[in-house]
Amino acid sequence: MSTYAQKKGIGATIWDYLTTVDHKKIAILYLIAGGLFFVVGGLEAMFIRIQLAVPNNDFVSAGLFNEIITMHGTTMIFLAAMPLLFGFMNAVMPLQIGARDVAFPFLNSLGFWLFFFGGVFLNLSWFLGGAPDAGWTSYASLSLASPGHGVDFYVLGLQISGAGTLIGGINFLVTIINMRAPGMTYMRMPLFTWSTFVASALILFAFPPLTVGLFLMLFDRMFGANFFDAAAGGNTIIWEHLFWIFGHPEVYILILPAFGIFSEIFATFSRKRLFGYSSMVFATVLIGFLGFMVWAHHMFTVGLGPIANAIFAVATMAIAVPTGIKIFNWLMTMWGGSIRFTTPMLYAVAFIPSFVAGGVTGIMNAVAPADYQFHDSYFVVAHFHYVIVGGVVLGLLAGAHFYWPKMFGTMLNEFLGKITFWLFLIGFHLTFFIQHFLGLMGMPRRVFTFMEGQGLETGNLVSSIGAFFMAAAIIILLINVVITSVKNEKVGNDPWGDGRTLEWAIPSPPPFYNFKQLPLVRGLDPYWLEKMEGKKGMMPAEPIGDIHMPNNSFIPFVLSMGMFIAAFGAMYQVDDKPWAIPVLILGLLIVFGSMFIRSIKDDHGFHIHKEDLLDEDDKEVKA
Amino acid sequence: MENTQSNSANPRMDLNFRRKKNAEDMKFQVIAFALTIFLTLVAFVAVGYDGFSHWFIVPFILLLAVVQVGFQLYYFMHMSHKGHEAVAFFLYSGSLVGAITILTFVTIVWL
Amino acid sequence: MAAEQKYTEATWPSSPERATLEGKNKFLGFWLFLGGETVLFASLFATYLALKDKVPSADHALAKDLFEIPLTFMATMLLLTSSLTSVYAMYHMKNFDFKRMQAWLLVTVLLGAAFLGLEIYEFNHYVHEFKHTFTSSAFGSAFYTLVGFHGAHVAVGLGWILTLMIRNAKRGLTLYNAPKFYVASLYWHFIDVVWVFIFTVVYLMGMVG
Repeated sequence: MSTYAQKKGIGATIWDYLTTVDHKKIAILYLIAGGLFFVVGGLEAMFIRIQLAVPNNDFVSAGLFNEIITMHGTTMIFLAAMPLLFGFMNAVMPLQIGARDVAFPFLNSLGFWLFFFGGVFLNLSWFLGGAPDAGWTSYASLSLASPGHGVDFYVLGLQISGAGTLIGGINFLVTIINMRAPGMTYMRMPLFTWSTFVASALILFAFPPLTVGLFLMLFDRMFGANFFDAAAGGNTIIWEHLFWIFGHPEVYILILPAFGIFSEIFATFSRKRLFGYSSMVFATVLIGFLGFMVWAHHMFTVGLGPIANAIFAVATMAIAVPTGIKIFNWLMTMWGGSIRFTTPMLYAVAFIPSFVAGGVTGIMNAVAPADYQFHDSYFVVAHFHYVIVGGVVLGLLAGAHFYWPKMFGTMLNEFLGKITFWLFLIGFHLTFFIQHFLGLMGMPRRVFTFMEGQGLETGNLVSSIGAFFMAAAIIILLINVVITSVKNEKVGNDPWGDGRTLEWAIPSPPPFYNFKQLPLVRGLDPYWLEKMEGKKGMMPAEPIGDIHMPNNSFIPFVLSMGMFIAAFGAMYQVDDKPWAIPVLILGLLIVFGSMFIRSIKDDHGFHIHKEDLLDEDDKEVKA
Repeated sequence: MENTQSNSANPRMDLNFRRKKNAEDMKFQVIAFALTIFLTLVAFVAVGYDGFSHWFIVPFILLLAVVQVGFQLYYFMHMSHKGHEAVAFFLYSGSLVGAITILTFVTIVWL
Repeated sequence: MAAEQKYTEATWPSSPERATLEGKNKFLGFWLFLGGETVLFASLFATYLALKDKVPSADHALAKDLFEIPLTFMATMLLLTSSLTSVYAMYHMKNFDFKRMQAWLLVTVLLGAAFLGLEIYEFNHYVHEFKHTFTSSAFGSAFYTLVGFHGAHVAVGLGWILTLMIRNAKRGLTLYNAPKFYVASLYWHFIDVVWVFIFTVVYLMGMVG
């Protein structure tokens, strides 16, 4: 056992997590917070499906329904899917490239806390006068007319959590460019690292337009500006463009890391090198590049003109090519492999047909003239849920089972895992497949109820039943997590037995410095390579020496809380509340005070001494 | 890792060499600055003078701005030095995304 | 540890901003941030261009009524010169001449402050002479947002460089603070890059009509 893993009290543990700058602990924070928001967004989804289960239902009112759908979309995209992916990126990527930490441990923690406080702020809207109700896209004319503070919560909450995401993206990029282990060339990086890299680059360029759009909305709603007010010369289309210039790359920010997780799983459980590695890398980069050229396909019906629509339609269809390359590479990876159908592998196999279905409807939507028919109908709802749930959520669930032992040192129960898988898969297709037809039959999206006798009853009921299957699946997953944690049976370095990449060469969970000696990477799938040559572990690239580690810090938490407080002040100054401006100033003082303290207080970190590392070796031998 | 710059055996010689190199860099930067000021003057004069048509001035001053920014990036911000490959890649990617955004907003934001 | 070690002119590395891993990370991370800032300002420029001269009625001031060459020219010269002074500061940083570096940074800060003062005067002038305010029209909102974002960047840059100067006044240059100075100067140049486009696209093109 590690000398550093002493038993700690609950208070000390909480303090440790509040101040941690260790990427593995931040990963766990992301997993917990993202999981929490995933449950909240899931509950909202259940309310939607309960309301729509039967015609003329009055389970919720029309206004409340609008709030629920808005919060469901916003929560799932910004506060569940992305943070959960960030959790896996944090947990795995530095290990995969053989790094001891990320490039900016302090900023890593700051990014998490900004996301967390932004998410909490957004969700507090439920208790403070009503949630945002203008849809997750918050189109300007509608959101400017929205009464109360709902949309203000949306704008400020996303602004804060978006800043955290941007920080995280830059951090990952620098980590991958600067901190790879000796021998880890770009073309030896595991696919999950590659997809983290491309997704981070997309974050870097996609979030600034969102920041600008949110600022404009904030100025319009809270400070009397006229960006989107046609009466004063403004233009509501500006919001749509800015939102989708961010929004479309966002889809790829979500799906590429999921592709990365699946690539790892396919290779591991087919016990084969990933087929067409270099074409996979090329396809990932190309998807990232094309992802920025297609945003206006969300706006075909705005009336951009036939030339613009044609250009964006063709560009959109072009994305099918690199995506197709990926699909065939995964199939070819399995071809002739000795496949083990573990839980993660089941998700990976099920992902292919599910995601392809979503891709095909995507091509249908990309045909601009046809899109005039599909637009704003349940067909679109079915399409993007096939992509997001059939791609991203399956990827997250697969990743949770696959990386659980590496993050926590225990294996999730395989039997329960497979039950979760089947319930979720069946529920997913039950819920969303039929929505294609509801849409084609003319059911518009975002309606809070429908009439009897229009032929929509059966379809909606089936869809709602499916949702309960998915809810049951998630409950079983949670039970699985509890059982596994209580049993607490520790596993070794490579619990799946077929690990290929560097993270499986070190203990589960890894020591806080990750690698005692940086490993020497001799090719793609470095750990597999060594195993095939009969070696137990990686060849070290350096002698044992002092390791430099960063200090923990409470500043990220305080700084993020300052933003959180300031956001309340900014929001309530609209109502001329006397305390609003002082609160705004107080919050900003906390923010700038934290920055000031951070910049004048030197933080050189500490060293783990060589002797301590050697001591540990002795203990391991004795134990 | 800590100090990858290998200074040669004779520190004094090394120092002289670096001094000279830095001074030479500085010379280029002063030249770049002079050109920058000159281009700025040209742009202002082009606008202040009434004889040119709108269709000439706008592309012309935009070109001057781009050239000027090139000086800033490659001399003042040292992008001409080694070790800026990743930097250039990301900066140009950002510029491309930005350019497409601007192109859209001057063409298909209808009004 | 290298970052805290005392250096002499002779042992000072030739690229002090990238001599440690921390420095390298800071250098690259900040450049990437500037890549993101490029998109941020591009979005603001795009918004401005879409809303330029978009006013609710004919009695509102347009770009060609507002902007004048002398004021813009003065502001431009101040900021461009501050770019050169910050280059001088980095030149002395590379030569391990802390005092001169601080002096040139101080000049940079003064020039930046003068620019900011001029901008405040200018905004005030528009508000009072032309009734051109943040809330008067979409054009007003877009103008003050774009130029104001740049102004806020200048203000942050001033605060940042001053903090660095004061914090390190007593201890001189180390490999721990050299990357910080370097990155702050990159930021300052980037502000200048944005201004080049602002004076061209907003002011000069505004005067042309």
